Amino acid sequence: MDVPNCCGAEIYGCPKLLFRYLEDIAIIRIGVDVGGTNTDAVLMDGNDVKAVYKAPTGKNVDEGIMAAVRNVLNMSRVAAGDIQAVMMGTTRFTNAFVERKHLQEVGVIRLALPATRGVPPMIDWPDDIAAVIGKHHYMVAGGYEFDGTPISRLDEKAIASAAKDMQTKGIRKVAVSGVFSPVNSAMEERAGEIVLNELEDASVTLSSHIGRIGLLERENAAIINASLTGLSATFVASFERALARLKIRAPFYISQNDGTLMSAEFVGKYPVLTFASGPTNSIRGAAYLSGLKDALVVDIGGTTTDIGVLVNGFPRESGVSMDVGSVRTNFRMPDILSVGLGGGSLVSRNGKVRVGPRSVGYRLVEQARVFGGKQLTATDIAVAAGFVEVGNPDAVANLAESLVRETANAMHRTVEECVDRMKTSAQPLPLILVGGGSILIREHIAGTNEVVVPQHAQVANAIGASIAQVGGEINKVYSYEQVTREEAVKSAQAEAANQARNAGADENSIEIIDFEELPLAYMPGSAVRIRAKAAGELRLC
Amino acid sequence: MLNVAETTGRSLFITTADLEDLAQGAAFLGTGGGGDPYIGRLMAKHAIEEYGAPEIIEASELDDDATVLPAAMLGAPTVLVEKAASGEDIDYSIKRLAQLIGKQADAIMPIEIGGINSVIPVVAAARLGLPLVNCDGMGRAFPELQMVTFNVFGVPATPAVIVDERLETVIVETNDGKRAEDLIRAAAIRMGLSVMISCYPMNGRQVKQYAVKGTLTLALGVGRALSQGRKEGEPIEALLEYLRSTEYYNHCKVLFDGKITDLRRETTGGFSMGHCELAALDGSERRMTVLFQNENLVARVGGKTVAVVPDLICIVDRETGRPVTVEALKYGQRVKVIGTSAAPIMRRPESLAVFGPQAFGLEEEFIPIEEFGERGRI
Repeated sequence: MDVPNCCGAEIYGCPKLLFRYLEDIAIIRIGVDVGGTNTDAVLMDGNDVKAVYKAPTGKNVDEGIMAAVRNVLNMSRVAAGDIQAVMMGTTRFTNAFVERKHLQEVGVIRLALPATRGVPPMIDWPDDIAAVIGKHHYMVAGGYEFDGTPISRLDEKAIASAAKDMQTKGIRKVAVSGVFSPVNSAMEERAGEIVLNELEDASVTLSSHIGRIGLLERENAAIINASLTGLSATFVASFERALARLKIRAPFYISQNDGTLMSAEFVGKYPVLTFASGPTNSIRGAAYLSGLKDALVVDIGGTTTDIGVLVNGFPRESGVSMDVGSVRTNFRMPDILSVGLGGGSLVSRNGKVRVGPRSVGYRLVEQARVFGGKQLTATDIAVAAGFVEVGNPDAVANLAESLVRETANAMHRTVEECVDRMKTSAQPLPLILVGGGSILIREHIAGTNEVVVPQHAQVANAIGASIAQVGGEINKVYSYEQVTREEAVKSAQAEAANQARNAGADENSIEIIDFEELPLAYMPGSAVRIRAKAAGELRLC
Repeated sequence: MLNVAETTGRSLFITTADLEDLAQGAAFLGTGGGGDPYIGRLMAKHAIEEYGAPEIIEASELDDDATVLPAAMLGAPTVLVEKAASGEDIDYSIKRLAQLIGKQADAIMPIEIGGINSVIPVVAAARLGLPLVNCDGMGRAFPELQMVTFNVFGVPATPAVIVDERLETVIVETNDGKRAEDLIRAAAIRMGLSVMISCYPMNGRQVKQYAVKGTLTLALGVGRALSQGRKEGEPIEALLEYLRSTEYYNHCKVLFDGKITDLRRETTGGFSMGHCELAALDGSERRMTVLFQNENLVARVGGKTVAVVPDLICIVDRETGRPVTVEALKYGQRVKVIGTSAAPIMRRPESLAVFGPQAFGLEEEFIPIEEFGERGRI
């Protein structure tokens, strides 16, 4: 098959671990990445990339996805019946929320009184989106202290009457949040039951299933999720129907923010967990293609460069709160640094050379000099410097050598600076280059010990979706005065592993992939927040 | 300068539009600690929307026998992000303290302007319909209750009223401020790590004599300088220019422009202790170390002290000027370390005995930030 390979397949240095853990996923599968600009699909058999397809994401997203899937099936000549799994990464739900489209009104039940009355739900939301979601808030007695003891008894009657009120208002999407529910989710679970007793056709989002410590951020995430569950249910159903039309009977998964998979059924309930899956998939795809588990990943597109960090095969997560469509959340997002450098970045010289942030974007193929256009772009410099052969090299043959050199240096310095900012230690790391703009970088980058440009780097996202694992995570506050540190660590890890198992991970492959202890300040040596994450290979029956 | 706070006749009100600047300025004056004012800001927003904007008055406007009660949150800021106050707990701490001393509260005041305790008094004043005095007890943030000017000059910390969200209350009466700190913190743990407190009941004369005055509008000014400067592209320059125009923080400078190269944190006795190493960005071999105990305590370049507590040491993002708390410090972050003088009352010998370098276990003497330059190049 013919893979459009604009990045070449040059490998700088030798990745010692190349294809090490590819053998782990010996199944035939299709990976799809639905981005704002492009929809990519790959068909993989074990570690063989059988077909790749990249096309602009059309107006009708579903049709675009189906066309991509159909194309890789045809190109690879694999029978639809032989496909064992379909994995997808998508920004569909993020875009819907940001654009305030397809959202439904949400009833919010908070289990907290008498605490937190000072900050009612959605207090910090922009008016336009608050108007779409509505202001149906019910604060009731309940919630926990940091150590899991109740603040007050759960007011079950108040929850039932809230549900009845929603019934009359025609609200069927419900978000339930409770103080310290990540420490103890029992009250949220009970509240969910009560709501479903009263409102059979409701869909309920519990904040403890989604977020971390930070009541408002977690509650916001639950509300956003609830507002999208109508869209997600339709999306999943229509995609399943479409797969059936293509005679693909394999299970269908969607990748989530932390690089692990969710079943289609789960996505129907928790669309919000896909919010950052785009960058996650590109980092995971880079890991897979290069065989590296600890590295920096530089994804250079047409306009921007995203730099992430791969730690033990997974993207490093950001520690700060994220705003999505101007609403504060604490989603599990990869820590990404973006700069305005891409293949379409405009180059100018006014004393000093400047590259970007202005870019010709997707019009690169018309406007860059090597493609017959008039604009001087970063891609032209890469051609002039001999990094790559695309378009017509004669169009840039007369560029001053000093300009080419200085611009090439400037591009490398930009990446170097980002690399330096993203590293957590002075230890040099390998750097994996992916994305169509990876042709801009061909020389040594300070702080790295090798630069790797894997084959198929331009579809790293779709490949990332196709190799996602199944994970589970726990984030709790422990008091070391009540349990020993060893007990706490053990319990946290066991709970994370258990969650991974419940999500469909193969028992024997589950590993603890991340662990963090954070002492709570201002309190004599007792309270510590522990975060543990486990992941394993997808279990297929 | 006070163009954002709404001015009606002679009165100054703090409005919801001021809160973001106030919180940001308070984060700067928090010198790395004091807790993220985010949730406190939202509580203040809600209280103002419901009860109206509180009036800001100057300490000089107080009658000598006016009753002034401080409002504050005590505990772990990381718990407050989960279990926010109800508002009634704040009211109750004030009312109960007033009852204990047999007076009516005439005004509310902040006790600590750095961090979240800049905004809790706004909530109290709005809810109770009382004026808020433009002052506090330190002009920055400190980790312990006895570390305030009032304690230095003999104002008793107690009776102190500690209230949780159930309005369950502990009343503490002790012989000295440090002892009050110990007992109150022990109670706070049993009460869920996030409690509202009113203590150091004072009369107008005491406030006029011992408070660090004007700090509420100073915090507002700092935040406003940063946001204005950001719009114009030079936030840190704008910040320094503003600080130079103030009475307390006028000796200010960028102590270091660098990148965080090492970070150590440990929790000892309930405090986040540690240090942060920075390497200069100018290609020189200069290195800075900042030691912290919740708040930044001392900054040293090549082993030589360049600023020390109670002067303020603030780490800010070198591009945006956003204050970076001790919890949020990360390897590789590019920051500027800014040092400023503390209010003169904070630098007196009796003050230094309570919150000078030695009160934090540092061996050095306090040297004002403006004198380091004179005793040799930094």
